[in-house]
Amino acid sequence: MSKRAPISESSEWTFEALEAFEEEIARIAADKYRLDTYPNQIEIISADQMMDAYSSVGMPVGYHHWSFGKQFLTTEQRYRKGHIGLAYELVINSNPCIAYLMEENNLTLQALVIAHACFGHNSFFKGNYLFREWTDASAIVNYILFARNYITECEERHGMEAVETLLDSCHALMNLGVDRFRRPRPISADEEKRRQQDREDYLQQQVNDLWRTIPKKKEEPEEQWPRYPADPQENLLYFIEKNAPLLEPWEREIVRIVRKIAVYFYPQRQTKIMNEGWATFWHYNLMNDLYEEGLIGEGNVLEFLQSHTNVIYQPEFDSPYYSGINPYTLGFAMFTDIRRVCENPTDEDKRFFPEHAGADWLETVHHAMANYKDESFILQYLSPKVIRDLKLFSILDDDADRAIQVTAIHDDAGYRQVREELADQYNISKQEPDIQIWEVSLRGDRSITLRHTQRDRIPLDEDDAKEVMKHVHRLWRFDVHLESVQDEKANLFYHCNNEKVWTESNDSSKTEVKS
Amino acid sequence: MAFLIIDRRQQGKQKSAVNRQRFLKRFRKHIKEAVTDAVNKRSITDMERGEEISIPRKDVSEPIFRQGKGGKQRRVLPGNKEFIRGDRIDRPKGGGGSGGKASNQGEGMDEFVFELNQQEFLDFMFEDLELPNLVRKQLKDSDSYKLVKGGYTRDGIPARLNVVQSLRGAKARRIALSGAIRRDIKALEQELNAFGDDDESEEQREVSEKLGRARRRLNHIPFLDDFDLRYNNMIQQPTPTTSAVMFCVMDVSGSMTQDIKDLAKRFFVLLHLFLKRHYEKTEVVFIRHHTKADEVDEEEFFYSRETGGTVVSTALDLMKTIIDERYPTDSWNIYAAQASDGENWQDDSPKCRDLLVKSVLPLVQYFAYVEISSQKEQELWQTYTEILDTFPDRFAMRNVSGPADIFPVFRDLFERKSK
Repeated sequence: MSKRAPISESSEWTFEALEAFEEEIARIAADKYRLDTYPNQIEIISADQMMDAYSSVGMPVGYHHWSFGKQFLTTEQRYRKGHIGLAYELVINSNPCIAYLMEENNLTLQALVIAHACFGHNSFFKGNYLFREWTDASAIVNYILFARNYITECEERHGMEAVETLLDSCHALMNLGVDRFRRPRPISADEEKRRQQDREDYLQQQVNDLWRTIPKKKEEPEEQWPRYPADPQENLLYFIEKNAPLLEPWEREIVRIVRKIAVYFYPQRQTKIMNEGWATFWHYNLMNDLYEEGLIGEGNVLEFLQSHTNVIYQPEFDSPYYSGINPYTLGFAMFTDIRRVCENPTDEDKRFFPEHAGADWLETVHHAMANYKDESFILQYLSPKVIRDLKLFSILDDDADRAIQVTAIHDDAGYRQVREELADQYNISKQEPDIQIWEVSLRGDRSITLRHTQRDRIPLDEDDAKEVMKHVHRLWRFDVHLESVQDEKANLFYHCNNEKVWTESNDSSKTEVKS
Repeated sequence: MAFLIIDRRQQGKQKSAVNRQRFLKRFRKHIKEAVTDAVNKRSITDMERGEEISIPRKDVSEPIFRQGKGGKQRRVLPGNKEFIRGDRIDRPKGGGGSGGKASNQGEGMDEFVFELNQQEFLDFMFEDLELPNLVRKQLKDSDSYKLVKGGYTRDGIPARLNVVQSLRGAKARRIALSGAIRRDIKALEQELNAFGDDDESEEQREVSEKLGRARRRLNHIPFLDDFDLRYNNMIQQPTPTTSAVMFCVMDVSGSMTQDIKDLAKRFFVLLHLFLKRHYEKTEVVFIRHHTKADEVDEEEFFYSRETGGTVVSTALDLMKTIIDERYPTDSWNIYAAQASDGENWQDDSPKCRDLLVKSVLPLVQYFAYVEISSQKEQELWQTYTEILDTFPDRFAMRNVSGPADIFPVFRDLFERKSK
């Protein structure tokens, strides 16, 4: 291929240069790599605006809440003090796909960011199965706008404080507002608005039915009543929205809004490695292609390499800079390695990956992007070579043992174990406590009982749990109990009534809980 | 591929302003405490700037159900150097098992720290404070006027031309001027009609000539004359202003040590800042006294170092004189704040009381006395206590014993009283 003239030799960006880059990258991305994207909407913003965008946690327009203000103040403080740089970009899963670019970036960085966000993340949003099933990119902006207006309206009607405390409580349960094993219905702002009134009426009526106390024949033994809910419920917010006895219709609607937004973020929480890895993998390839075609000059390509190296820097576990595994590093390493396994498989690769060693690499990475989430992606594709390169090792920290034990390192005996344990580390249902609604006392004091099933004897963080109990109480408005269960036996009980929260330990004599 | 590049830089950057305000509102109690602390700690010349506020992280946390410490926790870490399978590592001290609790705030600080800007700082500092008993007094010849419409005038600038009024006037004038002519025309027309169609007599020609002249006269009446033009009239209306004057009376006698003077100045700095910020047009009169009282300017009040004995009444005398000369009570709200260590020339205190009761207090809206002394109840305090009952609304006194008291006392004196 004959070399073309660089788009620009300057390091200052211009709108013309950005457009030229967008066009060239789009051409390569589509023709050479078959990246399928939503249309791009690139917005140039200043540092202050970037801090604004940060604080609305990735929603283009958010409803008002003090916690976003807190987020803003944190970012501002740390940025001013130089603790953190701001991200070069921020991208929103919407159609068109909105990407915010910082004006401070130089031209090379802008090109990198366009490749990274507008083609990497964008195609991931469009292609990955979790996003396809859980979110609706074309409806989200409208929905969030609807939510914001509705909440503002509620504030006018019912007072800011009432709405704020309600949102506090919903936020506390936000992570438990998702049906992990069922697909959500698509959302639409119009639909929501149209149905909202009907729903309010209908729901209230249903709830009233549920709690209607028709005098029945007395002295019926309690055991004969079917338990409610019949099966444990994992979606706390949904259950509360539908069943909390005393919530007003508008309160139910707000619970629903928070729940819907939780669903919107659910795929992102599960695809950090893949999403960043995919975007990094593509910005690396696309930028190199631009360089090979001569569209990026020698000077600028060095700048690119430096930024890229910073992005994928992984401090080691004993470094003062260590703060967990860098998703960019791991994801980039894995996608790059999939390509290597396809193109130049070693014997080891053939043993580990008989399906794709030697296969078409582009097909393979597309398949991986589309059909996996972090957990399954690692389980399927983490190769011994990547484990060796990153020198991963796994440890077991058992409070019954005096010392921490190294259970596996990067050797033949350890690859599979490291891989499994790393996958677990990205499995939300193993990293977050398993809490379900166990029983509601329909006939008794209307109390609700939650059950925490301990995994590997890991307890709840007690201080936080007590606070959350209050939030549950605020939504349910009758007594709340929580049993922390280990091996079928509850060993710690949390209780919350109108006045206080307290715990009861049952360590010495574990009582059998009825199931 | 369709794409769009939008420059958003010109658009507002204060998208988070609402959320920021909500945050400040929610933690106002904490912030107020921090502001009070900050004011007490600062040097007296350094009141107008923002402040770094810390709030216990616990109080701003957003709790969720999460895994705590303990149990069996497995983790995968990068950067293995010397470990092999089966190695046992002693737990790092203090940490126990970490894991699950991976800090979600980046660093595990105990305090949530953020910057309050100057504006917000002063807002918190002077929140809920006001000058008590402020009333609107006579319209003073101040600079606050507003323009109101006041009818129409015959002359003015083109921009104020009132088209409707002008045309209406023109029409009236045209009707008035043309009445006689129209009557003539009508009569002539009838006369003309009386002649036959083919009548070409002398008389007929005369009549038709007359008619022609009359019609020309009618046409000569102008549609719009200078005379018709009307302009909107704007008149200046003085707006009622609340004019207030604050007398700052400070004792600089020899008994006031440097520390005590600093405290007094600190009090007045706050007062001055408060007035400057919330009552822009307030005048401030600075009086310092030892055995003799002087009216001084701001600079001298805060920085001069003259001393002597103490005769408090001189200051009150001077204040009375100034009020009489410059601040008639029918147009001014008068305030006074006095700071002293409470020591006074023996025979002078009764005189002060009399002066206050008879001449000063009837004229003022509020008189605040701050005694700076670690021993209690000095001379002046005892004398003033007698006044307290007579003027409960207008007179207030507080004791200050250290820097930490200044701001609370200040707030206390000027707290907005609910009505």
